[in-house]
Amino acid sequence: MAVAQIEFSKELQSFVHEWKDKPGSLIMILHRVQQEFSYIPREAAERLSRELNMPLAKIYGVLTFYHYFKTSKPGKYRIAVCMGTACYLKGGQSLLEEAGEILGIKGNEVSDNGLFSIDAVRCVGCCGLAPVMMVGDEVYGKLDKDKVPEIIAKYKKLG
Amino acid sequence: MAYKQFILVCGGTGCESSKADDIYKELIANAEAMGVKDDVQIVKTGCFGFCEKGPIVKVLPTESFYVEVKPEDAKEIIAEQVIKGREVKRLLYKDDKAKDRIKLEDIGFYQKQFRIVLRNCGIINPENIDEYIARDGYAGLEKVLGSMKPEDVIAELKTSGLRGRGGAGFPTWRKWEFSKNISSDQKYVVCNADEGDPGAYMDRSTIEGDPHSIIEAMSICGYTIGADKGYVYIRAEYPLAIDRLKIALKQAREYGLLGNNILGTNFSFDIEVRLGAGAFVCGEETALLQSLEGHRGMAVPRPPFPAVKGLWGKPTVINNVETWANIPVIFTKGAEWFNKIGTETSKGTKVFALTGKVKSSGLVEVPMGTSLRDIVFGIGGGIKDGKKFKGAQTGGPSGGIIPPDYLDTPIDYESLTSLGSMMGSGGLIVMDEDDCVVDVSRFYMEFCVDESCGKCSPCRIGTNQMHSILQKISRGNGTMEDLDKLEKIGLAMKKAALCGLGQTAPNPTLSTIKRFRNEYLEHINDKSCQAGKCKDLIVYSINKENCIGCGLCARKCPTNCISGDKTQKYTIDASKCIKCGECYKVCKFNAVLKK
Repeated sequence: MAVAQIEFSKELQSFVHEWKDKPGSLIMILHRVQQEFSYIPREAAERLSRELNMPLAKIYGVLTFYHYFKTSKPGKYRIAVCMGTACYLKGGQSLLEEAGEILGIKGNEVSDNGLFSIDAVRCVGCCGLAPVMMVGDEVYGKLDKDKVPEIIAKYKKLG
Repeated sequence: MAYKQFILVCGGTGCESSKADDIYKELIANAEAMGVKDDVQIVKTGCFGFCEKGPIVKVLPTESFYVEVKPEDAKEIIAEQVIKGREVKRLLYKDDKAKDRIKLEDIGFYQKQFRIVLRNCGIINPENIDEYIARDGYAGLEKVLGSMKPEDVIAELKTSGLRGRGGAGFPTWRKWEFSKNISSDQKYVVCNADEGDPGAYMDRSTIEGDPHSIIEAMSICGYTIGADKGYVYIRAEYPLAIDRLKIALKQAREYGLLGNNILGTNFSFDIEVRLGAGAFVCGEETALLQSLEGHRGMAVPRPPFPAVKGLWGKPTVINNVETWANIPVIFTKGAEWFNKIGTETSKGTKVFALTGKVKSSGLVEVPMGTSLRDIVFGIGGGIKDGKKFKGAQTGGPSGGIIPPDYLDTPIDYESLTSLGSMMGSGGLIVMDEDDCVVDVSRFYMEFCVDESCGKCSPCRIGTNQMHSILQKISRGNGTMEDLDKLEKIGLAMKKAALCGLGQTAPNPTLSTIKRFRNEYLEHINDKSCQAGKCKDLIVYSINKENCIGCGLCARKCPTNCISGDKTQKYTIDASKCIKCGECYKVCKFNAVLKK
């Protein structure tokens, strides 16, 4: 019986093809899938299960173990508040609370329009700029919570 | 074509995120526009270390050291410095003491530093292999392949006294020897670049600033133990380091320094990059190998050690980034030279990520045996905002807080362990009077709860129990029995947990119960947090003598719990107060008290 397949781009397909016979490649393949979808949809995991000839349970075992992999779609703008020690001491928690309050969401939720999601993340390694918040790839350093509304407003405007 | 001047722009993650790339592009655009592009070479380098003042731009040969540069400053740097030969005074680093511009070597931050690991960071362009080679790069590999037998390499490493920089300090030569002496059809070399310690970023900066040093060192190891395959296991959160490493690998292959028959010998070796996926436990070597094999990163009992039975059951040498970065130098400058640096038991240097409440935070490299005082007050310039030094945290979630009385202890593996902390990977977080040790211990324990892989019960249950007790204490509900319980559980975990994560997770708590016992007692007996960090224990009130009745606090209060007027002054209804601290922050007359 034919199974409805989730669409993989050509690049992703050739990546999977290139890596599938290398030993221990599952994590690398999951990274590539997440790069394409911004998370790992269940259908993608199912497709990998068939293509890699690997039990779905094994794939889920791995992908739920690692913080980096997401099983639900994050917002268009991913706000990541660093919770490394330096940032924590300098008020990372208050940035997290402020952002959550403005958007009305908690960890792992997406703001109602799908625009934002918030994560408390592990040290991003910019300790000299603590406390740090990232929106997508953009890094905002030496923040205090009063600067958070302005940053969020900027992305809201972009839509 | 000879350049007359060189402009080095810091391309570390810290500076890049403060628009260093735009500065770099603007400098090039301006140099072209003003017709001087053949006179000045503009290079993006690795981290200068002085992250506090980033983005950093340095101009040679004048050694002008510009700090907090903005993209719009590029025009002036080209017009003034490159064309007219005049320094842009306003961008120079200004010392607190000397009001005038000071030379790089006079900057307090760089004094007492000694760079082996970071020797090329901030000097070469990490994306150009020629610059690495020009600074003796791959000379160590050439010497090893050309004139040394594997046993000689191990003897040299033994003489150097190099120990693993990832935390525990296991002698590097011994790991290598274990693997070398086992005959196997396949062996592996692994670089642990899964730097998960919150508040530490030296490995990231080393790879970003000098990726070839890792490649060279791993190749030397491959030759010594008889491996032809290496892996770098690196955090996916470090995209810049991954990019630079991949560029470096490609260039090394093009130059015949990786691949088949390296430097015309019959030694072949290649390296593949594998990404971590955000699991702290994967910094532990057996968990890392599980992850490399594509499994959940769960620790495996040792022995057998990976050097004997590692990746896919084959002998595997795993060293961390900083350890690798030391190795080429040992072979170019000699083990005797290396051995003279440091203390009796700990040789060489250590890189610390100096962060927290210190004036100049950044990446510092000092000889082993340097005192904490020299690092925090000498290099770091002391505590910010005139606050009081409370302690220095080393070893992250596996370490402890070192109190002021021990500031003069020379830092090496043994001294830190005897203080109940550990070297760890090199995070050094400075805490001041506003930091609460109970809160920090709770923070680290929460981290360990999240990061425990869950395989062994001492760690899985122990971290949870310790966390809930710490939480109870920070909320003012702790009892003296709770302190005993923390110690009891902690000691059990140290003995019974399967891997390094669980065995060291109690350290932050145990070391602070010992060295900062008073603070725990305050939380338990007086229900008070002097640092004002534990929210449940803070009470805000208004000092009527200072209050002028402006009402700003009342207007800012989100729960409307502040009432009063101009004549009666204001009061806070503690029962409604949510302790957000807004009133405390907005009051300009120091009338809001926080206790």
